Amino acid sequence: MAMIERFANPNRFLTLTRPLVPWLGGLTLLSLGAGLYLGLFQAPADYQQGESVRIMYVHVPAAWMAMFCYTSMAISAAVGLIWKHPLADVAGKATAPVGAVFTFLALATGSLWGKPMWGTWWVWDARLTSMLILFFLYIGYMALSNAFDNPQRGAKAAAILALVGFINVPIIKFSVDWWNTLHQPASVIRMDGPSIHPSMLWPLLLMAIGYTLFYLWVLIIRMDADVTAGKIRALRQRRVHG
Amino acid sequence: MMRRFSLLVRRDLRLAQRQGLDSLMVVMFFVIAVVLFPFGVGPEPGILARIAAGVIWVAALLSTMLSLERLFLTDYEDGSLELLALSPVTLEVLVLAKVIAHWLTTGLPLIIAAPLLAVLLNMDADGFWVLIGALALGTPTLSLLGAVGAALILGSRRGGVLLSLLILPLFIPVLIFGVSAVDSAIGGYAIKAQFLILGGLFVFALPLCPWAAAAGIRQSLE
Repeated sequence: MAMIERFANPNRFLTLTRPLVPWLGGLTLLSLGAGLYLGLFQAPADYQQGESVRIMYVHVPAAWMAMFCYTSMAISAAVGLIWKHPLADVAGKATAPVGAVFTFLALATGSLWGKPMWGTWWVWDARLTSMLILFFLYIGYMALSNAFDNPQRGAKAAAILALVGFINVPIIKFSVDWWNTLHQPASVIRMDGPSIHPSMLWPLLLMAIGYTLFYLWVLIIRMDADVTAGKIRALRQRRVHG
Repeated sequence: MMRRFSLLVRRDLRLAQRQGLDSLMVVMFFVIAVVLFPFGVGPEPGILARIAAGVIWVAALLSTMLSLERLFLTDYEDGSLELLALSPVTLEVLVLAKVIAHWLTTGLPLIIAAPLLAVLLNMDADGFWVLIGALALGTPTLSLLGAVGAALILGSRRGGVLLSLLILPLFIPVLIFGVSAVDSAIGGYAIKAQFLILGGLFVFALPLCPWAAAAGIRQSLE
């Protein structure tokens, strides 16, 4: 608890995190570079899916991050509402676009993979459908947090929405699974085999680490920008009102 | 407490009655939206019967949406929401009263109009009672979920469009099980599971949604 209060001062948070930015950026590029090299050039092609299995190294970690970002958004929303932590609102607002882009990346690469594998760009598969709904939830959050003239109002309203959405995500997931099994038999090729060979696991893990570092990197930059924008706004108001 | 609660419900009902046409407009929208479908997909009875349950449910979702924007907005704009918030009734109870009034003025008319539309779409007669039952169990959940969205958009720009963006994804579970109940009944399968889940969603939403909506109203009045 004392920890949380210690970091509640935005300036202290910024002086602590600003030096991390170049390090996070460098590590992100390193792990993404290594992961992409291993995944695109070193890992073997799949005996069934051929070269297109390589989309997996971009796709699967993006789907993980889509879920991870929504969870951290909901946690920041709860912290912001319960302890009125000023940085929690900023963190939630900064996370949403990153999560939305990861969700979009997962959908787009999944669609690209589906064309050669399933013969169609889009299948109303349970996972794809719940990902699409998750994307809509992100869009709703961003639209709501930008819909108010007073940014703090927007942050509070969006935080409530994030929590309501977070409770709903498992319900939506469950109902989409039910709906899917009713409407079409599960005929799609499943990625989750019994085990995955280390030559494929390593690039996957590196990409996941790279994505997570990228998220932290962008998160700090965006939070920094948001806090600075708030200061500029306050200074302008002081000048106007004397 | 009960007396104040019923006073609140009656106040909203009387307001709806004075503005008489509003509630009728929602039903008209429901009917017209459904009637558009035969023009879109063709008048073939087989196809219409196949999609009837889904079309009626989607139209019911959209009609519910249409009237939700004004759930708290009119009271917010003329200041009576602040007075209501100051009254001894807690905000959660106020939200619940408003939701009940909303359901009585939109959900209930939709349920009454639905069988007529089912006839127009050539739906199998086995599905009629199930459709009514599923709507009766599902539309209160829609009003409850919608109240959260209606509370969150208070004081925002472009409230109506925003509301649909926030709330429609949350409506999907109700839609899935509502349609599935009707389709199962027509196909001759058991419908108990769908009704149990619809009931579960309602029981789940009943305490949580007024709570979240009251939180939304509170921060809009700060």
